[in-house]
Amino acid sequence: MERFTLGFVISSLEEAGSIILGIVLVVVLLQVIAYVVLHHGLKARLALPLTLLVPAAVGLAVLTGYPLLYNVWLAFTNMSLQHISPHVDPDFGVGQFIANIRRVFTRPVLHSEHFFPVFGRTVAYTALQVTFHVSIGLFLAMCLNRRMKLRGIYRTLILIPWAIPQIVAVLTWRTEFHFQYGFVNILLRNFGHSGFFWLSDRMTNWIAFNLVNIWLGVPFMSVILLGGLQSIDPNYYEAAEIDGATWRQRFRNITLPMIRPVLTPAAILGWIWTFNMFNVPYFINARNFESSDILVTALFRAAFEYNRYGFAAAFSIVVFVILLIFTVFYVKISGLELTKKASQKMK
Amino acid sequence: MSSSHQVISHGSPLSPPTRRELIARHGFFNWFFRTARGDAPYQRVLIHLVLIAACVITVYPLTRILSVSLRPGDALLSTTMEVIPENATFAAYYNVIVQREFLIWIWNSIIVALSGSFIGVAIAATGAYAFSRWDFPLKVPALIFLLCTQMIPAPMMVVPIYIIAANLGILNSWIGIIVAYSVQSTPFSIWILKGYYDTVPYELEQQAMVDGSSHLGAFYRIILPLSTPALAIAFLFNFTQAWNDWVLARVMLTNDLYYTWPLGVNRLQGQFTTLWSEFYAASFMISIPVLALFLASSRFLISGLTLGSVKD
Repeated sequence: MERFTLGFVISSLEEAGSIILGIVLVVVLLQVIAYVVLHHGLKARLALPLTLLVPAAVGLAVLTGYPLLYNVWLAFTNMSLQHISPHVDPDFGVGQFIANIRRVFTRPVLHSEHFFPVFGRTVAYTALQVTFHVSIGLFLAMCLNRRMKLRGIYRTLILIPWAIPQIVAVLTWRTEFHFQYGFVNILLRNFGHSGFFWLSDRMTNWIAFNLVNIWLGVPFMSVILLGGLQSIDPNYYEAAEIDGATWRQRFRNITLPMIRPVLTPAAILGWIWTFNMFNVPYFINARNFESSDILVTALFRAAFEYNRYGFAAAFSIVVFVILLIFTVFYVKISGLELTKKASQKMK
Repeated sequence: MSSSHQVISHGSPLSPPTRRELIARHGFFNWFFRTARGDAPYQRVLIHLVLIAACVITVYPLTRILSVSLRPGDALLSTTMEVIPENATFAAYYNVIVQREFLIWIWNSIIVALSGSFIGVAIAATGAYAFSRWDFPLKVPALIFLLCTQMIPAPMMVVPIYIIAANLGILNSWIGIIVAYSVQSTPFSIWILKGYYDTVPYELEQQAMVDGSSHLGAFYRIILPLSTPALAIAFLFNFTQAWNDWVLARVMLTNDLYYTWPLGVNRLQGQFTTLWSEFYAASFMISIPVLALFLASSRFLISGLTLGSVKD
């Protein structure tokens, strides 16, 4: 049992401090070298901006670019735990890659679950979640978007699920889905129902994690959409009301088109975050049911519970490409412009 | 939302009629259901009810955390629903702080998250400035690449980072995880900061440069101070990512001395037949400061997160 002592604090401060100092020194050194080379050596016109970009570029290259390339390399190997210690080079080759990809689609990705059921569940779950987040979020935002008493308090309280650290929220829900002592079932018993096996039944476990994810996702969406609603000029509604438009017409012809600039990016972000959500499906799934896994958690299990790194790398590429295709498709049909225009030109 | 469009005629333009006068004039029923300048009273009641229900759903788990954490040892597994249990006690808090490594976990999390986000924001602040003020080859592809990195599922990065770190022998140390945390939010920070810098007129720097400042000097003395809100958002975002991370920490840190709180709380919860109150006490202590910080800065934070994408 470790103790929280002054000695411990000092030693960890020393370690962290020397790391920060080291990183800062490396960054400054990199920038000086880059500037000298670009400005004095190459006489480059863009010496300054390129120098400013160097730390981010190097950091991303080392910690995003290199791991990504390494991941691709891994997909071409049969790397597994036995190749890490003792260090033995795994087999490498296009044949391995093809075998890995084939394994993703034809063999179980986990113990017995195949790729396509997991994929179908992931898409269903993501679509369901985004629909709920947006519709409930928009409903609550419209309730809040008026002059009323207690509005600030409602807004703050509704945001609580977003503000609680996610691990705490998810582990709490997992505990509260306990059959006998969790409040969900206690509540159901008060209404005369005997309660569900939230953690030990496959179907209800799936429902349980969907409920938690709705609870987690709606607050953020509703506050974003509230911001969008507040930017609508109330004169539009007044004019429509004078013209005798029903609330349904006002909603369809004023509210929806006016909040589209907020709704579209929020929905796309929500789609990506939901698709990549790890904590909720992983932790609510206390019995490790493969039937409650979505692609991202299946990926984690394939890598760190089955230790098939080469296979997991190929699997992760497949997952990433799927998400990329979905997102590009979504961005295209929603007509969102990602980069408006080039920034102001400098002489 | 109103379906009726009667407008109440005001008695005098200077003082609008009070609620009592309106009820007297129209009768309670008509007043409650038919008057519709803005929302009719019954709609307001409905809306308040809906919002109260929503608040109960969002708040209840938090009160539940508090109430279970206060339970005395012999009532851990009771099925009562009271918020403040009988014989409430802080024993679980005492146990978690004194007998478990709770303080170590919190301390480790603070160190890792602070150093990671400090480095991350520093790197992003200069990089975003270059993106905002200059055009250079491959700029748009680079921005799109940054956006695409946000779509990478966490486990996809964790596999190669784990193997690389294992081969470098930096699994149980601060260096690996701090560097990883500092870079993981850089793309998002660059987008936020670029969006914000774009709203700062370029004339400000030109003015400073006319007055004899160097370009870099203008950036540090004018643009950075002006961008404090965006820097704060980026810092907070970096901090939360690192503070709440479980996946990377789980893979990189196995030594108890390096445990961050998500790993520690997960372990407390794992032994859950006996430790409910301790797990909840730890959760409550972790949640309250974060909750206060987030709710206080929410307006600012949420508008900031969508700034880059929404702003023209």
